[in-house]
Amino acid sequence: MIQFENIVKRFRRHQVLKGINLTIERGHRVALVGSNGAGKTTLIRCLLGEYICEGKVLVDGMNPRQARREVLSKVGFVPQLPPPLHMPVGQLIRFSATLCDTDPARMVSVAGKLGFDAERFHNQPFVKLSGGQKQKMLIAIALGRESELLVMDEPAANLDPEARHIFFELLAEKKDHAAMLISSHRLDEVATLVNRVIEMDQGEVVLDDRVADLVELSSRLYCRIRLLQPEAAFAKAIGEWGFKDADSGLVWEGAIAGPDRLRFLGLLSRYAALLSGMEISEDEDLESDLQRESSISVV
Amino acid sequence: MKYLWLAAYTDIIESLRARWFMVYAMVFGGLVVILFAFGLAESRIMGFTGLSRLLITYIQLSMAMLPIFVLITTVRSVAGDREAGVFEYLLSLPITLSAWFWGRVFGRFFVVFLPVFLAMLGATAWGTVKGVEVPWNLLFYYSGLLMALAWCFLGIGMLISTLARSADVAQGAAFVVWLTLLLFLDLILLGVLIQEHLPPETAVAIALANPMQVFRTATMMLFDPQLVLLGPTAYVILDNFGQLGYIAYAIGYPIVLGTACAGLGFLMFKRSDLP
Repeated sequence: MIQFENIVKRFRRHQVLKGINLTIERGHRVALVGSNGAGKTTLIRCLLGEYICEGKVLVDGMNPRQARREVLSKVGFVPQLPPPLHMPVGQLIRFSATLCDTDPARMVSVAGKLGFDAERFHNQPFVKLSGGQKQKMLIAIALGRESELLVMDEPAANLDPEARHIFFELLAEKKDHAAMLISSHRLDEVATLVNRVIEMDQGEVVLDDRVADLVELSSRLYCRIRLLQPEAAFAKAIGEWGFKDADSGLVWEGAIAGPDRLRFLGLLSRYAALLSGMEISEDEDLESDLQRESSISVV
Repeated sequence: MKYLWLAAYTDIIESLRARWFMVYAMVFGGLVVILFAFGLAESRIMGFTGLSRLLITYIQLSMAMLPIFVLITTVRSVAGDREAGVFEYLLSLPITLSAWFWGRVFGRFFVVFLPVFLAMLGATAWGTVKGVEVPWNLLFYYSGLLMALAWCFLGIGMLISTLARSADVAQGAAFVVWLTLLLFLDLILLGVLIQEHLPPETAVAIALANPMQVFRTATMMLFDPQLVLLGPTAYVILDNFGQLGYIAYAIGYPIVLGTACAGLGFLMFKRSDLP
């Protein structure tokens, strides 16, 4: 689907991309990782036809610079930093939907699934939304249309755990017929989302590897965490993941999105000394167990 | 075409909500209010009184302010949008570069011309309410001249925005362009050039190439048809163009210059990195 053939990009004398050769097919979910200045954003901009570069960039055999409408109508793009647009949310949706020949209601619906009521914020300038709301809006615009290539720069960074789960579910719907290019500084942020990792360093591809594709994007893990003693900092941190206190701050229960497991374990590792027990399972038994216990506690 | 108007409409909505537009609209609206408040509509100069007098003063002030306002707001918002990542996002949507660029030009033209025109229209409406005679020919003529001037500097602004890679550089360049044109507006400077053995034809050519001077001369023409205020240069203008010819030139030339600058800007925009 995407071909980069010997891509070289220079800014004056500084060579930012040094002969990139890559092929990405439909169904590939690629983590594009590397430190600042590695060339990730430049490569993405070449792919979107925003930068002139040496070599060939082809999307389904078309040059994104010359066949902008044909190529970009297949591409859903979520930038890392939301643009400071003054136009109201409703106007942004109408503008994007008209350009993408899609129904604005689809974008509104995706935003709703992510927990952002676009109708309520219809007249609110985009720039005045919170970081999370902006991110949800941009994801809704990228996913609420017929996109075959998703290009996302740290797309889930500002999302709450529930929105992340929905976001992963939406990606799962597209995973077989779309290619995804997810850029991140850190592999652990995106590792479980992808089946291929491309690492860049100083304008070159230094690693291109397929990874085990065992985690279902739409899966959920049900968790019960036991602590040695209640801890306010832990309560605050786990509360942000939507976990509920089941026993005076000693037992915490909740669910996380499957692809979020690494991030979640990263959080737990910070409180390792506090842990006395932990159950994590995709098994629905634990879920019904948790639900039963919570209904008993309500009674 | 549909996408061009969509881009224009989006730019208008963006601009109407931006702070620069508030300031811009307040300056031109406020100017008319001040002119009324100071009783300019009642004063008399060179036989002109009422709304004609007010419009002449307004147009003279606009000549000094409109170009710099249009230049600075255009380059700040266009180059600023590029710096802030607005281009990166909006140009990732499937819109052709021509629809995007010209849509912005038309949208911006509407936004920069509207407050100036509305202020003039407001003055006319107020004059009508007060029972003052409305100089319709002056109103139409000045509207045409203002439109041409706004378009000209918008085109120059778009060219500068395309060439400069940052908002600060663009703003500096816009200021230098305005200052240069302002400098050659100075008849004393042209007089010195002639004194230094510059052929008078060159001095006249400089004056005719400077859109601000063209505008200035054209506005003079209505209350001073023989261009007595201009001195000997008037002979060159009136002999070569005639009064009607010069009016046509004063409207046509800035439009052509603005279109050429915007066209050149578009060519460079198409061939360079977008964000």
